[in-house]
Amino acid sequence: MTLWEVLGTVLLVALKSVALLVALLVFIAYALLADRKIWAAVQLRRGPNVVGPWGLFQSFADLLKFVVKEPVIPAGANKSLFLLAPLIFATLALAAWAVIPLADGWPIADINVGIIYIFAISSLGVYGVIMGGWASNSKYAFLGALRSAAQMVSYEVSLGFVIVTVLMCAGSLNLSQIVRAQDTALGILGWYWLWLFPMFVVFFISALAETNRPPFDLPEAESELVAGYMVEYSSTPYLLFMLGEYVAIVTMCALGTILFLGGWLSPIPFAPFTWVPGLIWFALKASFLFFMIAMVKAMVPRYRYDQLMRLGWKVFLPLSLAMVFVVAFVLKLTGLAPVS
Amino acid sequence: MTAAAAFFYLFAAITVASGFMVIASRNPVTSVLFLILAFVNASGLFVLMGAEFLAMLLVVVYVGAVAVLFLFVVMMLDVDFAELRQGFQDYLPVGGLIGAVFLIELLLVVGSWAIDPGLVHGPLAVSPGGETVTNTQALGLVLYTNYFFFFQVAGLILLVAMIGAIVLTLRDRPGVKRQDIAIQNARTQADAVEVRHVPTGQGVEV
Repeated sequence: MTLWEVLGTVLLVALKSVALLVALLVFIAYALLADRKIWAAVQLRRGPNVVGPWGLFQSFADLLKFVVKEPVIPAGANKSLFLLAPLIFATLALAAWAVIPLADGWPIADINVGIIYIFAISSLGVYGVIMGGWASNSKYAFLGALRSAAQMVSYEVSLGFVIVTVLMCAGSLNLSQIVRAQDTALGILGWYWLWLFPMFVVFFISALAETNRPPFDLPEAESELVAGYMVEYSSTPYLLFMLGEYVAIVTMCALGTILFLGGWLSPIPFAPFTWVPGLIWFALKASFLFFMIAMVKAMVPRYRYDQLMRLGWKVFLPLSLAMVFVVAFVLKLTGLAPVS
Repeated sequence: MTAAAAFFYLFAAITVASGFMVIASRNPVTSVLFLILAFVNASGLFVLMGAEFLAMLLVVVYVGAVAVLFLFVVMMLDVDFAELRQGFQDYLPVGGLIGAVFLIELLLVVGSWAIDPGLVHGPLAVSPGGETVTNTQALGLVLYTNYFFFFQVAGLILLVAMIGAIVLTLRDRPGVKRQDIAIQNARTQADAVEVRHVPTGQGVEV
């Protein structure tokens, strides 16, 4: 490979990444607005409705507001770690999108171990939280960070087993292959949400816990810890934390779409529906999952910390472990196991 | 210089530098963070060797779980590092000895390979399927066919260790109120509330 070819590849990847990043951030801006609007609608409020028609530009106004405000760094804080933490958190959350196939053949990096890559990157997100909580040199922030670390590590276990069950059915660690494995004549009924329904439920709830969403938002339980690990943050560092959090949520929606809802596939596998671009199906499915997550926030009261730990270790872990065994046996006995 | 070599030197340099910073940094939390940086760069080196499955596992297991617990513990402990450093002179000979042993062993390993490449064979033979299988499959084939028994034994040892840790720390203290969610959920109005008719001026026996 000559130098020009290398440079060309680098430039192409960079352009793709920028395009994906811009599209993702715009999607996040409206997901954030949708989150607030859904929450408001459940509580019979209007939600943000001042900036632009129906409040459509609210997220951009918030962005501007955060950026122009003064960042306050606490006197006793470890300055470099304090500023590094939100950067790490947001960057890692965005990095997961490198392998997500938005449509057939669209991932920026179509790597063999895509699913483990996402799992690894999302398990790193906890460092941003711990570093932020510790560097703030504040009791509330530190307690929030400790809670968050325990919670994210706990729910990663069951999330891992859910992924293992899907992998056994699909027979590949590549995200595009997992979607293709769900491409059957049954359409929506052939996707894994139906065949692995208990795992879909475990995945959904673990995703809520993993991203610190209500009802598992204990790291930032405002009645006890003010705002948890980000209590000392203001301005752009806070914006990065919030952005990272929402990117992580949308990543979980995308992951759920790929693992259980057939990715870019059309739910009805014949002509007029298969003409719709895969990207649109993908966005619709991911938005549906995001709507579900937003509704959970509006409807379910917050868990207590011991209840959260009990659910993770005593309910989800044995359940998902048992499902791994059951699925493996069924695949082996019926001969449905994918051959490689 | 190829791109792979450039990346190798980048990752290797950061790994070594952060490895040095782990022992050189004054703050234990910074030490752990540099350790994590070293892990991440080591996984980068794995990717360069084409062992992407191992690279991802290194991040998931060591960085995502083990190092989080390290960080957790180090942050909770209030270690006074100035005090720990006082015995530096006393421990230097022992530390230096261990370091020298490691250095000599590394030199012997590399040296034996340099003297006679044929000396190292057998167990070091890489992926059974050659280029046709991914390294995830290759690892699975080796682990679950050739070394299945050792794999199971390793699993059993870990299980025993886990049960041991639980047995050591689990105490059933009397007088502690515990919640049993099943019992709580099984409660009905009939066994929780009793309605009594209270005659005026007489009260009831409780």
